[in-house]
Amino acid sequence: MDNIAGSKSSLGWVVQISTVLLVALWIFPTVGLLVSSFRTADQISSSGWWAALFPSEQSQRYRVADPDDNRSNVDGVYVVKGNFFTENRGGGDIKSWGTSSREIGAYAPGEVADLGDGETFSVDAEGNYAWTGNDEQISGRGQRAFVTAVSPPEFTFNNYNTILFSGTAGDNMTKAFFNTLTVTIPATVIPIVVAAFAAYALAWMDFPGRALLIAIIVGLLVVPLQLALIPLLSLHVGIGIGKGYLGTWLAHTGFGLPLAIYLLRNYMVGLPRDIIENAKVDGATDFQIFTKIILPLSFPALASFAIFQFLWTWNDLLVAKVFLIDSTGQTTVMTDQIVNLLGTRGGNWEILATAAFVSIAVPLVVFFAMQKYLVRGLLAGSVK
Amino acid sequence: MNPALLGLITIIAGVGGCIGYFYLSNQFLDKVLFPAKGPNAGQNINRANLIRPWLFLFPALFALGLYLAYPVFETLRLSLTDRDQGGAFVGLENYQQMFSEPKFWEALSNNMLWLIVVPAAATAFGLLAAQLTDRIKWGSVAKSLIFMPMAISFVGAAVIFKLVYDTRPVDQNQIGILNAVWLQFEGGIGSFLFLKALPALVLASFAGIVAYVGWIFIQPIANRNDEGLGFIPLRLFVGSAALYLVWLSVKSLAGLFVFSFPYGEPQTWLTIPFWNSFFLMVVLIWIQTGFAMVILSAALRGIPEETIEAAIVDGANPLQVFFKIKVPQIMGTIVVVWTTITLVVLKVFDIVFAMSNGQWETQVLANYMYDKLFRADEWGVGSASAIIIMLLVSPILIWNVYNARKEMK
Repeated sequence: MDNIAGSKSSLGWVVQISTVLLVALWIFPTVGLLVSSFRTADQISSSGWWAALFPSEQSQRYRVADPDDNRSNVDGVYVVKGNFFTENRGGGDIKSWGTSSREIGAYAPGEVADLGDGETFSVDAEGNYAWTGNDEQISGRGQRAFVTAVSPPEFTFNNYNTILFSGTAGDNMTKAFFNTLTVTIPATVIPIVVAAFAAYALAWMDFPGRALLIAIIVGLLVVPLQLALIPLLSLHVGIGIGKGYLGTWLAHTGFGLPLAIYLLRNYMVGLPRDIIENAKVDGATDFQIFTKIILPLSFPALASFAIFQFLWTWNDLLVAKVFLIDSTGQTTVMTDQIVNLLGTRGGNWEILATAAFVSIAVPLVVFFAMQKYLVRGLLAGSVK
Repeated sequence: MNPALLGLITIIAGVGGCIGYFYLSNQFLDKVLFPAKGPNAGQNINRANLIRPWLFLFPALFALGLYLAYPVFETLRLSLTDRDQGGAFVGLENYQQMFSEPKFWEALSNNMLWLIVVPAAATAFGLLAAQLTDRIKWGSVAKSLIFMPMAISFVGAAVIFKLVYDTRPVDQNQIGILNAVWLQFEGGIGSFLFLKALPALVLASFAGIVAYVGWIFIQPIANRNDEGLGFIPLRLFVGSAALYLVWLSVKSLAGLFVFSFPYGEPQTWLTIPFWNSFFLMVVLIWIQTGFAMVILSAALRGIPEETIEAAIVDGANPLQVFFKIKVPQIMGTIVVVWTTITLVVLKVFDIVFAMSNGQWETQVLANYMYDKLFRADEWGVGSASAIIIMLLVSPILIWNVYNARKEMK
């Protein structure tokens, strides 16, 4: 907007670079976790996740296969041949190698090291080695070699396999995933229905006390749900619901209603008056107007609230901890299980990162798919 | 019963029950109670229309009353009673006990720190991001990426940042990026530039901007502009707050050059008292900036271009355009963003619970309350701290209701 005076802003590049920096700063933490979830425990604890994106250079000590079993005799010259990488773990492209720990990069791949008295040793780029000498030299323990290899970035799906299919009870998230889903869907659908009718009444029906009701709902928007924990838990226990899904759905419905009514009412008030009055003249009842006209027209607002409520219930920890999770642990949700993992497996980043990403993945998909409605809801929902 | 099946039944029963209730109650009203025919048809239609709104409202009002309004009063009652004495009325004893606990004061002062830093930082970053992304071609992509943390749960964000703050012993490779960056500094000229000169520059420009904003507020008094005396206390308040912030920045600026950093030692960031609260706040700022950006960017685009054009023609510099033309016009939105984030901050629980659980002096009110209610089993004190949270929220509640009523008139 500063360009309107005519001159193209000379700050263009500064703006571009600052934005790149800001965006990088904002996505870096998440990328770190995502990359870590595809690395093995060894990789995570030996180097930072940023190192995983580039080829890594690793020095490793190997020993030639036992000469007494593996040597072959050709005209009195004994040879042991083999490959370091197939005999041991590891791989990559060998950059340099050596035979002493003080000079681990003394030779290039393919070079032949003279070990004295006709004893030679060579390693090529793929890890194939040849150790030659006389009967006495090629015996006892195998020749040592220090190999520096460059291996390409390496990623694994094993962590996801552990978390989703094969882990122990503490690590496996499948049950918690379905528990979260079980909490989320009814807790998203039910408040929409209840709120839509109320919003219609507040937007298009005339009755005494309407303004007061709207003011009360605006007030309830900000009541911290912390206040509701103990009274409602006592209530649930008192009427026999106890801790369980039913109580959680009811609690999420109650806590989500003010925002739902507020958002939907604001949207419905903006619908054209003519349509509704024409329908009334044609003899439609309020119930018909609501289901046939208002609901279809309010789809964007319904979608906005649905996303809010979905994200909120999926990501919730407090309500689940208070109203759902009992001592059997059968009804644990993903957020709770991750907090437990933080306590019991605080150092096992491959487990933690993968578990966190399994729980983040669904909201992220919803977010990127329906961002339009989320933004629209935010703009309408922040009390002006 | 299988929970998935139970969920399905609940959806069908809940949705079907709601729709059935609305349909049948309307039918009952129109066909049985006040039928729109016969001798009293006109009167009956009027009566039915008096009752119908309440049929539509009843389920929502019932749920709101039971799940939000009733608990406020019940919590207030619980905070005045003692559960161990069978719910006997004990007056303000719970509050007295709470006020005598150092952990409560730690939680309260941390919460105040959160209340100042998080909304300010999130709004400032949001404003910066909105300004930057509105000017470039790939702005919408940048916006989505900055906005993305909104979809991530507080617990997920806690795991993400635990990895950022991770610490390894000094002889191992650091896997937390903050320590990896920290160990690059060894006390040389680079360290001086990045850890002393750069923060000093940031502090100085912060002080400069605060002083400038303060001056904008104070100036009309000095010039004896008469625009109503009512604004003078507000202007003086903002001015003195700005002066205080400038003094604080100058003081920290001086402290910065004296302070000697422990170079070369990996730090366990979450156990450094006082500063660890800031490392936790970063998580919430990271999440909330996207929200601030989206709202403020919409507000900035809504500013009429003529006002900016006129200012530029009159020779205003970019800073003046921003602070004197743009910011005053989106002030209402800034207040909305600020209060919304304030509400989130007051309720912040998951981040502290998952990252430090209030150890190392990072306690906040919501987590303190959870501790009291579900670990110490002291319902009275827990309820009392919930009431404190409610008290802190209530100015915003009143302000919102006041504005909503004004808008409707």
